[in-house]
Amino acid sequence: MRITCPLCGDRDRREFYYKGAAVALDRPEPDAGAEAWDEYVFLRDNPAGETRDLWYHADGCGAWLEVRRDTVTHAVLEARLAAEAAR
Amino acid sequence: MRFSGLRVLREGLTGNKGWKAHWRDPAPKPEYDIVIIGGGGHGLATAYYLAREHGLRNIAVLEKGYLGGGNIGRNTTIVRANYGLPGNSEFYSHSLKLWEGLEQDLNFNVMHSQRGVINLFHSDGQRDAYARRGNAMLNQGDDAILLDRGGVRKMLPYLDFDNGRFPVRGGLYHPRGGTARHDAVAWGYARGADMRGVDLIQNCEVTGIEVKNGAVTGVQTSRGAIRAKKVGIVVAGRSSQVAAMAGMRLPIESHVLQAFVTEGLKPVIDTVVTFGMGHFYISQSDKGGLVFGGDIDMYASYAARGNLPAVEHVMEAGMALMPMIGKARVLRSWGGIMDMSPDGSPIIDKTGIEGLYLNCGWCYGGFKAVPGSGHCFAHLMATGRPHEAAAGFRLDRFRTGFGIMDEEGTGAQHNLH
Ligand SMILES: Cc1cc2nc3c(=O)[nH]c(=O)nc-3n(C[C@H](O)[C@H](O)[C@H](O)COP(=O)(O)OP(=O)(O)OC[C@H]3O[C@@H](n4cnc5c(N)ncnc54)[C@H](O)[C@@H]3O)c2cc1C
Ligand SMILES: [Zn+2]
Repeated sequence: MRITCPLCGDRDRREFYYKGAAVALDRPEPDAGAEAWDEYVFLRDNPAGETRDLWYHADGCGAWLEVRRDTVTHAVLEARLAAEAAR
Repeated sequence: MRFSGLRVLREGLTGNKGWKAHWRDPAPKPEYDIVIIGGGGHGLATAYYLAREHGLRNIAVLEKGYLGGGNIGRNTTIVRANYGLPGNSEFYSHSLKLWEGLEQDLNFNVMHSQRGVINLFHSDGQRDAYARRGNAMLNQGDDAILLDRGGVRKMLPYLDFDNGRFPVRGGLYHPRGGTARHDAVAWGYARGADMRGVDLIQNCEVTGIEVKNGAVTGVQTSRGAIRAKKVGIVVAGRSSQVAAMAGMRLPIESHVLQAFVTEGLKPVIDTVVTFGMGHFYISQSDKGGLVFGGDIDMYASYAARGNLPAVEHVMEAGMALMPMIGKARVLRSWGGIMDMSPDGSPIIDKTGIEGLYLNCGWCYGGFKAVPGSGHCFAHLMATGRPHEAAAGFRLDRFRTGFGIMDEEGTGAQHNLH
């Protein structure tokens, strides 16, 4: 698997640390309540097919990326800076 | 049809013409008392114990593929009861005791072999952790022996004891641990369930779950609608999709775990050995192949095949631990879809929907759990009360924060198990 970092280009999967579902970009307010925090920390759509997840370019530029990917084929469809995705 | 030595002898002398299919191939009936979704190890064991322990008969297991085609037929077959946390300890202890009587109970040879499991340690800190774990196992009534370097050397002379980075300092030996033949476990439970009247329905994919007024009423399948008073979801890596049919979101991420087997060799590794400084575990199958594996690939996946970095890690760890295996040629590798929970422990519980039950979150450790899980899930589905050995496997522990069972002690977070 290879991921195209917007800053570094096409790179091997080994250079990236996997964080998980891109829910981290929608962090609830501290007082949002137990349900919202359960959704955020634990519950997952866990799709078989297209998904969005967060990868950290640890052995590269150090950017957090939001990657659009297919969990069934392992095809990487798109990667953009998490900072842009969160905007 | 009972198996016995006499029977094998008689069949051998008469051309093996008397063997029959071990289970029927029934068409689905319009209605059952209980429908189990998923014909893997856990689903089949659940159906078996529902019939055997609770006298229930009107049960169907619905399997979208063929029996034993999922993780039950893909794992590295390690059976052990060496957990350290309350909640897990009593459950795996219960499961191991069921394993010990399983072949007699099923009248089926699952090739359960208590050849021992040795978890190696390579530092003082690891020794302390394993000493503590061993004590927890003894307190649970199971067996554990802390071996020093000499003790390990006697049993596993072929290890690289003086490896520059990861010298072997000793190991935690669990004599009652071992392996079993994974397919045979599925087949044995399937046969036992079928003999007690359970309908095992293959090529039958569940596509919808019917809920009326907060209670389950049946399922939609690729072979038509089936009504049911109770439904159990036991679909391992597909748990999120099937639960979504009932409007539920689960604390589960599906990941791929790979495994490997070499060409058949003469007997060389007669226990299960796990490396403490890289993810690697190995045993030798009765056919002679070295069966080994490591960690999940570490990203959400439904591909049932993995990527090269995880393969490399496993091979490197194996070579660091026992350089002799570099001479063996790898024959095959494959992957399975694991239902990973945030704290690494499973879920056996009711849901918010009356009559709908959930069994998932087994991560990479659900093979050893098959008897215990089936037994406890059947108890829950039949009586409505959790079995005492599985009372900790609650679905709501993540929302409430009460009863999290993080065996690795890394934090109850999805990307850490
Ligand atoms: C490579 C590998 C190594 C492992 N090593 C070990 C080990 O050494 N020790 C250990 O204890 N555990 C191990 N495990 C884990 C263990 O195999 C699993 O936790 C366990 O088998 C999962 O439960 P199961 O047997 O019921 O799953 P499965 O056999 O996967 O059963 C689930 C079934 O549900 C069916 N299904 C899914 N969706 C539907 C639907 N919509 N309708 C109908 N049916 C459906 C699937 O087709 C499948 O047959 C390993 C797993 C893998 C992949
Ligand atoms: Zn980069």
